Amino acid sequence: MLVTRELSKEYRSGENRLAVLRDVSFSIPQGAFVAIVGPSGSGKTTLLGLMAGLDTPSHGQVLLDNADLTAMDEDQRAKLRGQKVGFVFQSFQLISTLTAIENVQVPLELRGESGAADRARELLGRVGLADRLDHFPTQLSGGEQQRVAIARAFANAPRILFADEPTGNLDSETGARIVQLLEELNRESKTTIILVTHDHTLASRAQRIIRLSDGRVVSDTETERAA
Amino acid sequence: MAGTRQLFGLAWRESRTARRRLLLYMSSISLGVAALVAIDSFSENVIRSVHEQSRALLGGDVMVHRNAPSTKTVDSLRDSLAARGMPSTTAINFTSMALVPRTGGTRLVQVHAIARGYPFYGNITTEPAPAWSELQNGHNIAVDPSLLVSLDAQIGDSVALGNAKFLIVGSLKSVPGDVGISAAIGPRVYIPEKYVGETGLVVFGSRAEYEVLFRLPTTVAPDFFIARFQKRLLQNTTGNVRAAGYNESRLASAIDQLHDYLAVVGLVALLLGGIGVASGVHAFAMRKIDPVAILRCLGASSWQVLAIYTVQAAVMGLIGAAAGVALGIGIQFLMPRALQDFLPVDVEVRLAPSAILLGLGVGVWVALLFSMRPLVALRRVSPLQALRRQPDSEALRRARWDPLRLTLDFAIAVSVLELGLSRANTVQRGIGFTAAIAGAIGILWMSAAGLSWLARRALRPSWSFPLRQGIASLYRPGNQTRAVVLALGFGVFLMGTLYQVQHNILRGLDLRLGQARANVVFFDVQQSQQPGIDSMIRAGHHELIEQTPIVPMRLSAINGRLVTDILAEVDRQRAAAPQAGRGGPNGGRRNRGMLRREFRSTYRDSLTESEQVVAGKWFSATRGDTLGEVSLDTSAAGEMGVKLGDTLTWNVQGVMVPTVVTSLREVKWQSFTPNFFAVFNTKSLVKAPKQFAILVRAADPTAIAHLQRDVVAKYPSVSSLDLTLVQQTVTNVLGKVTMAVRFLALISLALGVPVLFSAVAATRRERLREGVLLKTLGATRRQITRIMLAEYALLGTLGALTGVVLSTLAGWALMHWIFRSPFVPAFGPVGIVALAMISLAVAIGLLTGRDVFAETPMAALRES
Repeated sequence: MLVTRELSKEYRSGENRLAVLRDVSFSIPQGAFVAIVGPSGSGKTTLLGLMAGLDTPSHGQVLLDNADLTAMDEDQRAKLRGQKVGFVFQSFQLISTLTAIENVQVPLELRGESGAADRARELLGRVGLADRLDHFPTQLSGGEQQRVAIARAFANAPRILFADEPTGNLDSETGARIVQLLEELNRESKTTIILVTHDHTLASRAQRIIRLSDGRVVSDTETERAA
Repeated sequence: MAGTRQLFGLAWRESRTARRRLLLYMSSISLGVAALVAIDSFSENVIRSVHEQSRALLGGDVMVHRNAPSTKTVDSLRDSLAARGMPSTTAINFTSMALVPRTGGTRLVQVHAIARGYPFYGNITTEPAPAWSELQNGHNIAVDPSLLVSLDAQIGDSVALGNAKFLIVGSLKSVPGDVGISAAIGPRVYIPEKYVGETGLVVFGSRAEYEVLFRLPTTVAPDFFIARFQKRLLQNTTGNVRAAGYNESRLASAIDQLHDYLAVVGLVALLLGGIGVASGVHAFAMRKIDPVAILRCLGASSWQVLAIYTVQAAVMGLIGAAAGVALGIGIQFLMPRALQDFLPVDVEVRLAPSAILLGLGVGVWVALLFSMRPLVALRRVSPLQALRRQPDSEALRRARWDPLRLTLDFAIAVSVLELGLSRANTVQRGIGFTAAIAGAIGILWMSAAGLSWLARRALRPSWSFPLRQGIASLYRPGNQTRAVVLALGFGVFLMGTLYQVQHNILRGLDLRLGQARANVVFFDVQQSQQPGIDSMIRAGHHELIEQTPIVPMRLSAINGRLVTDILAEVDRQRAAAPQAGRGGPNGGRRNRGMLRREFRSTYRDSLTESEQVVAGKWFSATRGDTLGEVSLDTSAAGEMGVKLGDTLTWNVQGVMVPTVVTSLREVKWQSFTPNFFAVFNTKSLVKAPKQFAILVRAADPTAIAHLQRDVVAKYPSVSSLDLTLVQQTVTNVLGKVTMAVRFLALISLALGVPVLFSAVAATRRERLREGVLLKTLGATRRQITRIMLAEYALLGTLGALTGVVLSTLAGWALMHWIFRSPFVPAFGPVGIVALAMISLAVAIGLLTGRDVFAETPMAALRES
């Protein structure tokens, strides 16, 4: 499903080069639930950006469903994201000028699909927000905003979903419910989930944990849930 | 991919909270569009009204202007044409003094002595209404209301014109083609033509125009009539024959000129609006970085992103332009009222669809082009922004060679050039106009860059923290120096130029009015009357300023070649190349009118203050030959096709006077002194029969009135003009012009405000974030206010100063090349404009400072 080969990312600042990721290689099968963990500055978010095609690596390759992201331009990657990728962000990243239902409709409308409103309504119903359809993000609690974000992430039935610290801005109880929701959706739709977090409790809910430190993979282990 | 409908839907929903702001930015173009629509509609309305009223303007289908009375041949031609269904009527026009015996008041008037049936078309209306129809029933006179006021007369009083007396039966309410302002110097009066003889004012040699008006059946085309009868109708005289369309085309070209000038002002307003739109939309684009990053994460392509925001800008641009159209329509209804004193026709205001559509189209186009320029940067917003936020300026970083941005830059340049060409009428002016705008923008841009450079180098650690912060804002990444200096400087440049030009034109007139020492002038004074008037002036202890002899004459031959032969050659040349213009003295084409005209010349041995020799030498007393000497006005010589050393033979009432052109003069025709195309040396003309113009200074208005009354009573054929009245009239006209200029300046100011707001808005968010952060770190309100004050005062001062310098350059260029007058910088009024703009910039800065305190630190920090 997702393969990274010797992935590296460097930033240049004048004469200096700062390596944020070094030779990261692994593969993740379809339907897996993988957590990427590591301390702050270990390169987690950079890795997520590269895997999702939001950024381009300095070296190496990313294959998403056999498509080489590193060989695509930005618009080709955007098209692929629209078809196969979903996102959940720590800061929710809802479009503040759109209502909950309109936010969920966006990926479907960008693909030119009909019946976007019905599908969005159904998804919001599944995340328990059937009565909050016409609320703007500012009128929703943090947990509710994140649920809208999850509904939006699943709107285009993605093959893979990237979640960047999805509970980072939530209290523990709300966070737990969000993770539970992700697990359910992973089970039901066989969507691959890549969860980036520094929260070990949250990571332990995944089937596999890839640990990063100083831009390198320092461990890659399966949890008891893998079985 | 998303369908058009879905993209429109998304664009519309996404614009929800930004519509008002976007509309505010787009309102920058509203005033420009309003100006274009108002100007185009107004000129279309005036030209249509002139067309509809062209026959009323002339009074008939064809008008014959003769400089001599009708001959028997002409009279019999008129009779035979009348018998063939082409009746005619006549009028004699001349100036005279009007005296009201009851009050003793006198005034120079334009007398129209008309035959029954005059005019054929158009209604002359009077108060009371029957007065016009009763005019021909006796010694009656209908007068301009201003005459009643100035002579303290009323209906029922009698008025003396020369030796005849007339009863005032009514005052004129409206005369087709009459420009209100023209009555101020010489009010019109109408008398029956049959009594002209009794006045004794129109005798052989008097200056009078003889009109014959024809009414033609629809089957006879006026041009055909003119071609067939012109020669016979102008027998034994000079003059012209015109069809109704002549006045129409003359007025149309005058209106076109006014339209061109105003259109350029409108266009500048529109372009300034475009800059406002670009600045505002830049601010808008910065606010859209987050939604764009999310959309990119969700799979939106760069073109979809651009389409979403372009649709929003286009819709708001359309609304902004439509608001401008509505405003323009409103203004066009007010324009005829404001300009009625200057307009020769009653303008019926109708909606002009072509002007409205053009205004709307140009407005939307400008809004779209100028808003797309900042919007294209949104294509390059990385989806990574959703994960890790960068500063706005980084997120919107531009590629060095973005083909779309370069295409837009090219489209903007081409559009400005095209608009300039279409508005300025000639290619040369269009290019000049575009170059001037580009130059002004370039200079403003460079001075802004210079300020950033200077701020970076001049900053000293010893300066206070707020001052350092304020100055550092001028060069830090994402600074607003260029946008604000451009918007503000352009506003000051526009307004300053208007004021500089207005000040210089008015100063020139004031100077000339102030220099005129005389306050009353007598003209048409016969040689026999001159000693009598001279003694009256001395007896009244008035100051005699100047007695100028005037000798009427015509040009008979140039270098021995008869003028009639030269005229025939001019006609042949015209027939061969009708498009060629007037020529200069050497090899150019001659002006018929200048060769045919009656010259009213003088003789003297010295130059006056209003003229200077630009070629040749002034008269020398030692000339050996018998030829007289003549000095010509340089432009008149050009039109005559004459150069230094040429021999001119003049017909002075039958006597041939040969002269040689020994000098050319540049004459200030606007001065309030008698000026002449041709000035002779005394020896050549002293013996010729002549008239005099006598300039006098009387002590006060009463003394002027008494002197005029006494002279008219003794010499009814002598005309006089109270120059203080002329000065008052000129002052009134200038007052109206001043009002118009102030109105334009006010529009520019009104334009400057949204543009400036838009410019500041572009970086307002960054300023707010910084301000709130400083506040969180412990900065006091006073410190933040001072930081803002330092930054905006510097920006305002630089923008305003550059604008002042540019307006001074533009003012000089306009005075030098267009008005051909000397230029003195008007730093007073322009300084006030500059101060107003600096205050505006500071006020906007302080408002931003206030917003810093309205924002809670948490809200701002969470946003970042």
